[in-house]
Amino acid sequence: MTNKESPEEGGQNAKAYYRNLARNMITTMITVSFAPMIVVIVFLLYHFDISYYEKTYAHLQELVQKHKQNIDTFLDEKLANIQFLVQSSSLERLTDRSILQAKLRYLQQQYGDVFVDLGVVDETGKQLAYAGPHELQDAGYFEAAWFKQAIAKDFYISDVFMGLRGSPHFIITVRWQRQGETYILRATIDFQYFNTLVENLRVGQTGYAFILNSEGRFQTRPVFEKALWEKTYDYFIRRMDASDRPVEVIELPDESGTTHIYAIAGLKNGDWLMIFKQEKSDAFSDIYRMFKFAGIIFLVGAAGIGLMAFLLTKRMVRRIMSADKEKARLNQQMIETGKLASVGELAAGIAHEINNPVAIMVEEAGWIEDLLQEEEFAQSENLEEFRRALRQIATQGRRCKEITHKLLSFARKTDATLKDVQINDLIKEIVDLSAQMARYNKVIIATELQPGLPYVCLAPSEMQQVMLNLINNAIDAMDKTGGTISIGTKLSKLEENHIVITVEDDGPGIPEANLNRIFDPFFTTKAVGKGTGLGLSICYGIIEKMGGKIDVTSTVNQGTRFRIWIPIQEAGKDSSEKK
Amino acid sequence: MANPFVMLVDDESDFIETMSKRLQKRGFKVLTATEGKEALELVSKNRNLEVMILDVKMPGMDGIEVLREMKNNYPLIEVIMLTGHATIESAIDGMKIGAFDYLMKPCDIEQLSQKVQEAVEKRRAQEEKIEKARMEKVVSTRGI
Repeated sequence: MTNKESPEEGGQNAKAYYRNLARNMITTMITVSFAPMIVVIVFLLYHFDISYYEKTYAHLQELVQKHKQNIDTFLDEKLANIQFLVQSSSLERLTDRSILQAKLRYLQQQYGDVFVDLGVVDETGKQLAYAGPHELQDAGYFEAAWFKQAIAKDFYISDVFMGLRGSPHFIITVRWQRQGETYILRATIDFQYFNTLVENLRVGQTGYAFILNSEGRFQTRPVFEKALWEKTYDYFIRRMDASDRPVEVIELPDESGTTHIYAIAGLKNGDWLMIFKQEKSDAFSDIYRMFKFAGIIFLVGAAGIGLMAFLLTKRMVRRIMSADKEKARLNQQMIETGKLASVGELAAGIAHEINNPVAIMVEEAGWIEDLLQEEEFAQSENLEEFRRALRQIATQGRRCKEITHKLLSFARKTDATLKDVQINDLIKEIVDLSAQMARYNKVIIATELQPGLPYVCLAPSEMQQVMLNLINNAIDAMDKTGGTISIGTKLSKLEENHIVITVEDDGPGIPEANLNRIFDPFFTTKAVGKGTGLGLSICYGIIEKMGGKIDVTSTVNQGTRFRIWIPIQEAGKDSSEKK
Repeated sequence: MANPFVMLVDDESDFIETMSKRLQKRGFKVLTATEGKEALELVSKNRNLEVMILDVKMPGMDGIEVLREMKNNYPLIEVIMLTGHATIESAIDGMKIGAFDYLMKPCDIEQLSQKVQEAVEKRRAQEEKIEKARMEKVVSTRGI
């Protein structure tokens, strides 16, 4: 993150930063996952919608077309039946009631109960013969509207009307002439039967068909009793002539605002209009259901993605947070290390500068000492005091020198020649060296050295210095009580390719407050004049320079443990690096 | 035996002042210089100088350069390097160039005078050898 808004700036700021980060991540995640999904869904649904729409329209068109043909065929067929009857029979036979009844029975046998009755009417409208269930013998049709039409045409199919019998029906008539007289054979078509032709046309929940005549009257009984005359029908009737196409599909809203789909077809050479009507929502219920289903899936998916985005982001932000913390800690460590290094350099500079004045002071004291040897002072009663004071100056001067030299070795090493060293041998040497001093302090040094450790490349004198420092510190810590120092070596399990050296004592331990500072230069808990506070910081510097690591753990009253990790290098490799 | 003739070279005048007093008290004949150029000039005027005590770290011409000049022009004059800890490497370099020895500041006067004594002895022994060789040469040429 190169964000200037550093997360370490604490409290409020950091919280806002992480909130912002989380928000951005969630937004990005959701946008990235939703955008293509939405585009694909919209694109697919749009095209699907269009094709479904077209298909539905085509289907309706075809359906209505088929029914229209059925009805037209039905009417033509019935007309043909009647015409055949007229052509195949003489007037005498047709006006004979029993023969007419036989004909009707024949027709009913052939075509079911389509034909209700038959009647022969002369040009005055008088019914000459009648066969059927009603008592219409000798009925006069002169005034009937259909008669006027029928007498003028060779054949005629009437609209549905109530007529004399008082029930809806329509008739097919065929006109013929015999000996100057005009006659009409009239057949009544069963309204119920005719109705079924249209009633069968049912689609979905609301789709039904009906037939209107040119005056807008229902020629069939609509399936729904409620179906009433609608203004829209006017529009259709007006278009009746204009429309050349066999079936026209139109979408129109009705008065209540519901959109309906209408399929209109002309029947009976344009006299009648077959109208199929369906609520649009019903016609497209499948696709609407699919839309709803897709919507639910989308919503569920969206919720899933949202939840995942939220959880992932939360987890990631938590990770980033801990990484930032770790980074801050490392930075702090870097600063500490840098500080240590710069303090070291500063110390070296100061040491060098102090060296000269101290040298002069020591020389001056020496000069006085020289002069005191002159005879004139021999009788001075304070001669011994002078001598003592001068010796003290010389001693303290030497102490200064030691301090400055230590400081200087903190910054630069005395002997940095690298060698391949068997670390166990080196430790044994130092332990031997320290054992005497340890014994005076009732301290036992125990070693537990893993045999067969690989050689490491380091400067032996530096390593000796480190070990001596640690051992001396441990001895100093236990000088009153005595105790044990355990020194161990082994291959590190934590760090690959490292040897770990542990120096552990069971002394008084280091209080936690001091633990962080023990590697700082000049930090000491020893009495004034006893320690310089440089030992451990020198150790730290040396180990760091080796590419190793040193750490300390301590429990008050239980002891302190130092661990040093030294990298194992291939012999001869990297040996010039430290020059 | 004549008193050893010593030159002290250091930029700290206070230091060489006391040092020279102490060395004189111990029977040395002492010359002082606070910088390299001055030292070389003095040497050219005092050809019987035996030992030079030379500080490594000096402003201007530093100890190593002075040493190089000395070894080029006056190879018989022994040079003892005086150094603070920080310049120990250059002291070692000086030894390679031909310094007699080196001492760390602040140094013990007894140690120093002993070193000087050794240097003087070495120098005198060499001079003697040269003298002898010259004598032999003279004798041999006479013999012809």
